Amino acid sequence: MQKGAKMWFWIFVGPILFAFTVVLVIPTLMGIAYSFTSWNGIASKIEYVGFENYIKVFKDIEFFTTFWFTAKFAVVSIISINLVGFLLALLVTSGLKGSNFLRGAFFIPNLIGGLVLGFIWQFIFTKGFDAIGAKLGIEFLRGWLSTEATGFWGLVILMTWQMAGYMMVIYISGIQNIPDSVLEAAAIDGATNWQVLKDITIPLVAPAFTVGIFLTLSNSFKLYDQNLSLTGGGPGNSTQMVAMNIYNTAFKFNTFGLAQSKAVIFLVVLAAVALTQMYFSKKREVEM
Amino acid sequence: MVEKKTNKVALGIIGIFSAAVFLAPFYLALINSLKTQKGFLLDVIGLPGKYFTFKNYVEAFIKLNFLKSATNSLLITVTSILLLIVFASMAAWMLVRTKTKLSTIIFLTLSAAMLIPFQAVMLPLVRIMGKLHLLNPGGIIFMYLGFGAPLSVVLYHGFVKSVPAEIEEAAIIDGCNKLEVFWKVVFPLLKPITVTVSILNAMWIWNDFLLPQLVINKPEWQTIPLKMFYFFGQFSKRWDLGLAGLIIAMFPIIVFYLAMQKHIIKGVMQGSIK
Repeated sequence: MQKGAKMWFWIFVGPILFAFTVVLVIPTLMGIAYSFTSWNGIASKIEYVGFENYIKVFKDIEFFTTFWFTAKFAVVSIISINLVGFLLALLVTSGLKGSNFLRGAFFIPNLIGGLVLGFIWQFIFTKGFDAIGAKLGIEFLRGWLSTEATGFWGLVILMTWQMAGYMMVIYISGIQNIPDSVLEAAAIDGATNWQVLKDITIPLVAPAFTVGIFLTLSNSFKLYDQNLSLTGGGPGNSTQMVAMNIYNTAFKFNTFGLAQSKAVIFLVVLAAVALTQMYFSKKREVEM
Repeated sequence: MVEKKTNKVALGIIGIFSAAVFLAPFYLALINSLKTQKGFLLDVIGLPGKYFTFKNYVEAFIKLNFLKSATNSLLITVTSILLLIVFASMAAWMLVRTKTKLSTIIFLTLSAAMLIPFQAVMLPLVRIMGKLHLLNPGGIIFMYLGFGAPLSVVLYHGFVKSVPAEIEEAAIIDGCNKLEVFWKVVFPLLKPITVTVSILNAMWIWNDFLLPQLVINKPEWQTIPLKMFYFFGQFSKRWDLGLAGLIIAMFPIIVFYLAMQKHIIKGVMQGSIK
């Protein structure tokens, strides 16, 4: 590069690259380094302890339970969010009157923060469900969030309700991109609705599925706010997810080094899962 | 023909039913926020009736110090987004127009960083920011610039690629320097993606809870989510009051959404295509 071009390059790229480096790159590298230390967040002396933290993590049954809970939650909520989102997209693109109002209604929960929504649903599950259950004599609706199972499904319901509208928007753009000529040809050939859905809509919307699954995957794995405000990880620690476990490891027990090694494991697992998903989705898209 | 009509009716019923399911939580929250404590304890499902009161809203508004916390949220969100728009668009344009190994490496690093979970960086970040005396609103804006960088640059990058370079060359011949070329010629063309970048960033910055919780240690700097969290901790047994607080907290977003619905939905669509 010429000298002038170089100067311009840094004037344009420099500022945001500086913020990015200070906020994300350096802390990530420091975080990896800290995971090999006895850092407790208070004492200024930080000692190198080798793999001690990682050995502790692998012996930590609660962390494994937490990870397993998070993984189960991620799988179930990815399916339900995308399924509901796709069905809503089909519904609002079917030429129904008032579709715009419906889109609006389905999308609203996305704009409101996870913390506020978690509190609202805590109210719905513990008070609303309970009142309806008592009135109609449905025992199943009572005592929600007081067991691990209802906490789990509570989180799934909350996240589906929150994110399905976002996925709907993504799938609407996929559905609208299907060329009319293809649909007309199918109509002339006498294809049933089901055949159109199975052989035209779903394959042609596949790229949108890649985006949708990627977004729900990373959101479900990283979930913190909703977890905190809906169940707080309880009862006991039975509905605690990875992000909350890392937070508590750091701030409840002041074991920053240990928390950091959990965070590094979390980062590696998340990256591996996300990259695998991207790889397979892209490959399938090409084949179809 | 008859079959088609029944189909339409069935779809309409499904549509109304699902909208009701989606809006029911808001409805239940709203009616109960308008009840006295006694009315709430007697009946959760029914309308307020003779237990109607507006006092919860007044009390929650004061307890949340709402004008102050809303101003804080607004100031932090708007400033962060303005900075993100300015610096992410500049960087993305330069990265697209400079075809060197360095620009590829920078772009790939930014894209890859989208996978980093907040928990992996939060502890070292707070330590660094503490040492720099940046645990304050200014510091938080700087951090949003860093955290927002990957998505914003990637979105602008994808868009700039579709902008032909010829127009810029004409401007260069006219004697404009790069800053003038960018702001006078290129930036206006980026408007659609600028809308997307603003909306996607506004959605998480406005609602963000954990970063402010770790960084903001003075009550007068608290944002809405932060204030809400402490408010709820204090009044967790008083749902009538708590729900009024939640509705107050949602109010600005819902007004914003009703005013900007078209842009918001379009913005989200744009953001997902690339």
